[in-house]
Amino acid sequence: MRTDTTARTEPGTATGALLSARDLRVVFPGRRGAPPARAVDGVDLDVGAGEIVALVGESGCGKTTLARSLLGLVRPTSGTVAFDGKPLAYSSGALRSYRKRAQLVLQDPSGSLNPRHTVYDAVAEGLRIHGYAGDERAAVAEALARAGLRPPERFFLRYPHELSGGQRQRVVIAGALVLEPELIVADEPVASLDASVRGEILALLLRLRDELGLSALVVTHDLGLAWNIADRVAVMYLGRVVETGPVESVLTNPRHPYTRALLSVLPESEGAPVVLTGEPPDPSRIPSGCRFHARCQVLASGAAEAVADRCRGEDLPVLPGGGAGAVACHWVKGGGAG
Amino acid sequence: MSLLEVRDLRVTYGSGAAAVPAVRGVDLTLEAGTKLGVAGESGCGKSTLALALLRLLPASARLEGEVLLDGEDVLAMSWGRLRAVRWAGASIVFQGAMHSLNAVHRIGDQIAEPLLVHGRATPAAARARVGELLEHVGLPAARAAAYPHELSGGQRQRVMIAMALACDPRLIVADEPTTALDVMIQAQILRLIEGLVAEQSISLLMISHDLAVLADTCDRLAVMYAGRVVEEGPAREVYEAAAHPYGRALSSAFPRIGDPASRRAPRGLPGDPPDPAALPGGCTFHPRCPVALDACGELDQELREAGAGRRAACVHVGSAS
Ligand SMILES: Nc1ncnc2c1ncn2[C@@H]1O[C@H](COP(=O)(O)OP(=O)(O)OP(=O)(O)O)[C@@H](O)[C@H]1O
Ligand SMILES: Nc1ncnc2c1ncn2[C@@H]1O[C@H](COP(=O)(O)OP(=O)(O)OP(=O)(O)O)[C@@H](O)[C@H]1O
Ligand code: SF4
Ligand code: SF4
Ligand SMILES: [Mg+2]
Ligand SMILES: [Mg+2]
Repeated sequence: MRTDTTARTEPGTATGALLSARDLRVVFPGRRGAPPARAVDGVDLDVGAGEIVALVGESGCGKTTLARSLLGLVRPTSGTVAFDGKPLAYSSGALRSYRKRAQLVLQDPSGSLNPRHTVYDAVAEGLRIHGYAGDERAAVAEALARAGLRPPERFFLRYPHELSGGQRQRVVIAGALVLEPELIVADEPVASLDASVRGEILALLLRLRDELGLSALVVTHDLGLAWNIADRVAVMYLGRVVETGPVESVLTNPRHPYTRALLSVLPESEGAPVVLTGEPPDPSRIPSGCRFHARCQVLASGAAEAVADRCRGEDLPVLPGGGAGAVACHWVKGGGAG
Repeated sequence: MSLLEVRDLRVTYGSGAAAVPAVRGVDLTLEAGTKLGVAGESGCGKSTLALALLRLLPASARLEGEVLLDGEDVLAMSWGRLRAVRWAGASIVFQGAMHSLNAVHRIGDQIAEPLLVHGRATPAAARARVGELLEHVGLPAARAAAYPHELSGGQRQRVMIAMALACDPRLIVADEPTTALDVMIQAQILRLIEGLVAEQSISLLMISHDLAVLADTCDRLAVMYAGRVVEEGPAREVYEAAAHPYGRALSSAFPRIGDPASRRAPRGLPGDPPDPAALPGGCTFHPRCPVALDACGELDQELREAGAGRRAACVHVGSAS
């Protein structure tokens, strides 16, 4: 596979983004002679101060791996992550102070709560680690109430197994917000929540952004969530961002064939759903050329005939991580999408 | 006879002042070869109901009522019989299932286990079946050799679905089976389940907070609030024209892409979720109900006829208004 040579800005300098990743790659070694899995395979991504970015994409495309590497939980194989203009340092002390300013809400709450810690301790833990000087009890109560666990005192002494799935998720969210971070990276934060609680938590994120300038990267498969709160959306496919831009344009006028397919299967979408077929994507066997070509409905339909050779043989560049709309597709670049 | 019939099921966690009545008298019927969706606010008792159906609740839970599977009461069965039912008759996909996989075993071995334990398949046949099941849920067959930590969240969830399908159960209870899945894979899996329901007359009880998915997938839909079913009927009708004010609130809280009214305006339900240990009197929804009457604070509402094949528990239903 060729590496592309597009010139890019240095992390966090010219863009002025709060969080910024450049040509990030995370490769998991293959076991027993199997080829390595390129879970994140060249991603540029910026999150500006006070910006909410949604990262969407198919199950297994690398969203969680990317999110974890942005917070220093996974060391990238190559590329850089910068926060507030400075590249991440990976010493435990440096990571600890990073964690005070940038919080991760993990996918699947059952895994991120210690079964032997009460709800109160789970939320207070961050405050204790970072030597919070204020009224701990009040801070914990407020964070729980904000996350929709009311009255908070009712939950203080409960253990995770005594909570419903959605309640556990909200404890995790409360634990992340109690430190009043500048950035939150939330991996499927509301996937297990019903519409009413979900609305409440998303409204909370929007309010924190408006009042405190919180930045957020929200990993989700829920395009409605992106529509509800995000400024910008990045669509990922097999380790790469394939389309990015303002929410309004990407979601109401998708250009990349993959984004089009994703939107077409929503219950509310008009027109026939494009259910993708073909081999399930596998990061240890990323096709050359456009990585979507084996499943691309536009190529299969013959509509991209003029660029078909390039689809199969010519790699696409890493898209810029910043604000403007961009699409990694030969057909779109050739004006095919109309 | 229905495949599954739940009669006046009640589940209470703990006792005394701290008792949590999580399910408070639920009646449900599921015919063979049909799909029933259960929706409702976080904490309203959906998972408790699902676990009660197969008696998988912790010891602190007290159960009352009947759960008739093929006419046999699950709640009164001997342990031996119950084990047989869990192996062969009914399988469950747990909520947050990604974490119930065994970390030290390859996923292929975990899927194959029930097939091998009962000598229902030779090792070679089981291996072939595992590959087939993995491909059904959108994973390359070669991933059978992976350990759970090497899979993404949605991939683990799909492994759980494959496990539930492995022994051709008659009833599948699926608790939020697709929460971690994108719309594309979700569509693929729901289609797979639909095919099985139609071909092998499997029955499905699916819990989800996503009303649109339930309306799309299921024949009937039950909406729960504070431990009770407050509305029940044909899935599409309940989704599009709920009779109960809570059902209406739930479906209107859904964002629609492209709708300017929901852009940067996530909608929730006003008011606090009910505290099961201190439920409001009368209709439990009254503190949050936009159309509550004075009487609602005192009068408990039973499910009643709300049109053909529909029932709802609200003072406005069936009356002149
Ligand atoms: N072991 C337990 N001890 C005490 N209370 C419990 C226990 N398990 C659940 N609960 C409580 O019972 C109620 C119902 O929980 P359940 O898990 O059935 O909700 P749910 O409808 O599945 O919610 P979700 O959509 O969030 O998963 C909740 O209020 C929960 O806090
Ligand atoms: N430790 C590992 N070893 C090998 N492969 C891995 C490992 N961790 C993840 N992968 C693979 O890398 C890819 C990306 O995984 P990741 O968890 O980032 O996906 P995701 O986009 O978050 O998916 P989901 O939406 O299902 O959570 C997947 O194909 C996964 O199987
Ligand atoms: S580059 Fe070609 S194969 Fe890839 S998405 Fe565009 S049209 Fe499809
Ligand atoms: S019975 Fe009264 S409070 Fe309850 S849902 Fe109906 S109108 Fe609202
Ligand atoms: Mg993930
Ligand atoms: Mg649940």
